[in-house]
Amino acid sequence: MISLSDVKTGKSAIIKQLSGGKEFTNRVAALGFTLGTKITVLQNFGAGPVIIELRDSRIALGRGEARKVLVMVENGEQAG
Amino acid sequence: MVSKQVNHSITIALAGQPNVGKSTVFNMLTGLNQHVGNWPGKTVEQKMGEFIHDEHNIRLVDLPGTYSLTANSVEERIARDFILDERPDVVILITNATELECNFYLLAELLMLPVPLVVGINMMDVANHHGIHIETHVLAAALGMQVVPLVASKNRGVHDLLEAAIHLAQTKDSFNPKRPEISAEHKRVLVDIQASLSGQVPAPYPIDWVAMKLLEGDSQVTELIQNDAPEAWEKIHAILLQHEDAYLDIASSRYEWIGRMIRAAVERPKAGVITITDRLDKVATHPFWGLLLLVGVFGVVFLLTYRLALPVVDWLGQGLVSPFATWLQHVLSGVPAWFSGLLIDGIINGAGTVLTFVPILIVFFAIMGVLEDIGYMARSAYVTDRYIHWMGLHGRSFLPLFLGFGCNVPAVMGSRIIEDRRARLLTIMLTPLVPCTGRLAVITFLAPALFGRQAALVTTSLVAFNLILLFITGIAIHHVVYKDEHIAFIMEMPLYHLPNVRTISLFVWRNTLAFIRKAGSIIVIVSAIVWLLSWLPYGDIQTSWLASVGHIFEPIGRWMGLGDWRLIVALLTSFVAKENTIATLGVLFGSHSSALGLAAQVAAILTIPAALAFMVVQMTFIPCAATVAVIKQETGSWKYAFHNLGLLAAISIISGIIVYQIAKLI
Repeated sequence: MISLSDVKTGKSAIIKQLSGGKEFTNRVAALGFTLGTKITVLQNFGAGPVIIELRDSRIALGRGEARKVLVMVENGEQAG
Repeated sequence: MVSKQVNHSITIALAGQPNVGKSTVFNMLTGLNQHVGNWPGKTVEQKMGEFIHDEHNIRLVDLPGTYSLTANSVEERIARDFILDERPDVVILITNATELECNFYLLAELLMLPVPLVVGINMMDVANHHGIHIETHVLAAALGMQVVPLVASKNRGVHDLLEAAIHLAQTKDSFNPKRPEISAEHKRVLVDIQASLSGQVPAPYPIDWVAMKLLEGDSQVTELIQNDAPEAWEKIHAILLQHEDAYLDIASSRYEWIGRMIRAAVERPKAGVITITDRLDKVATHPFWGLLLLVGVFGVVFLLTYRLALPVVDWLGQGLVSPFATWLQHVLSGVPAWFSGLLIDGIINGAGTVLTFVPILIVFFAIMGVLEDIGYMARSAYVTDRYIHWMGLHGRSFLPLFLGFGCNVPAVMGSRIIEDRRARLLTIMLTPLVPCTGRLAVITFLAPALFGRQAALVTTSLVAFNLILLFITGIAIHHVVYKDEHIAFIMEMPLYHLPNVRTISLFVWRNTLAFIRKAGSIIVIVSAIVWLLSWLPYGDIQTSWLASVGHIFEPIGRWMGLGDWRLIVALLTSFVAKENTIATLGVLFGSHSSALGLAAQVAAILTIPAALAFMVVQMTFIPCAATVAVIKQETGSWKYAFHNLGLLAAISIISGIIVYQIAKLI
């Protein structure tokens, strides 16, 4: 399991765990960050905020927030 | 239409997540028949519209845009309290066709409330463009409720949506949709909670909804039961302790339900298709190119505001206000001097100030409306956030603060694009430290006489000094008031789409009107009061009460080398409008002949350290009345307006003293 902030641009991953306070997890859960959901990282420059795609919507997350989302990277190459 | 008899009154509430085009739908339905105010006791904007449709008197209430209905934010509390307390006849949920899955989360929450629902799916055209196809009738069949496709920006489907809502209002009892379910384990827990709650839930809350919200850990509902049903709470609390993570499971089950509902109805583009949004975002959200683009965009915004608005401002001043004042002076030649003075120099002058803001605000709001509507605002926030987040500001704070260089008034009003309340308040508090054109005009007027060849260097340094103060103050407020509390940065990035003229026009119209109505009267009153103070009691500014006030502050002024009361009075009159400093100096130094003469006269009584201190104080002095008025308007209370006055007064006095004392040593 790694942090969402460590997933490279173009890679997809599955949400395994949400850490951080209840206020944070509650808020992101409502946005669709539920366990087992697939996330695709659209932009991650290694510093600063990241942009991800999840359930058809694009969401920008601060790096600190992305660190609280623990994921498992999908095997195999990504298309496109 | 009007002559027809109206026999039904229907209340419809419009719900939806942010970025779904809800306000476009609202504007299409209500047009100018809308009333904008605040939700009672809150600083959240409330829009309501009343109109007649097919003999029905419709009252349309726009609920705040919210992602869910859990008490995480003021907006969410307002939305659900309205539905529970007022029981509208129908709730229309507006969703965005490109983000149906996320948007339906709100539907899952709304379905727990005792109210009939219609779903409008907006931006069908944008979805088609991105290869997303939605069969609304399949969706309607799955959900067991009416689903209406919309392209609100082109006014397509909006009429059908209204008809569907009216029809539902008349056949409420037949509303029987599919509702989301939760896991069997938590269903049993819910039954237990409901049993404990039985007969103890205060009106107007439905018991099953209260039980669900308790399981979700909703703070407001938890508090309600703790206070109103302490005995039941003890039992429930014991149950809840064993299911602390239930809310995650509930969110999952809602999304599972959503997945089942939309699976058959939505056709998605093949993976790997590169959309327009992808292509534009390659540049717009890039850490380097995005920043460069942002600078370019803001440069254009700035240029447009001043190229388009300033000529109109000049024309209003020279072509309208001054001739009118001259004419009035002529007409009033027989009346007492105090009367014509109060009317012309006090009230007309104040009204003229209000008028000069109008063209700037119109252009500014139009541009801001376009940037927001096409989806660029979220990108600009994304690229700037990393640079200002650490001081408690949000990426969205950047644009208002930047525009403060033009005028602080639209900057304060523009801060409403910041969703986070704390970041919004901090942005408003810091705005007056951004030097506006009024203040820049004063320092550029005086600098050549005071500093000779160093004028340009001093002027630039003064601007830099203000920005440094802004950072220091920002960090200080963030640290002291907000205890460095981290503001989560989670922001949706909407797909790009074309702007809607009607939405933007109404946005401009409403905001400009609100400024004239609310801030306008305050500016006129302040202008009249300051004039009276400069006139009473003997009709001469040199012996006036304003001069006395100047004398009172002389001791403080002396610490910064400004022991001359005339300089202090000049600063005080800048409260009406920043440029007034020069006009007042002109009156007090009796120099009507030439501008250069005045600057030289002022220079003659100031040493270099005192001149520097005067400039610094002028640049950081209390915000003008118009800015104070909009701070009150935007924060909904005088408290923040007075805090800001106090803050800026302290900053300007302390900076003035420090600059003077240090400069004297050099």
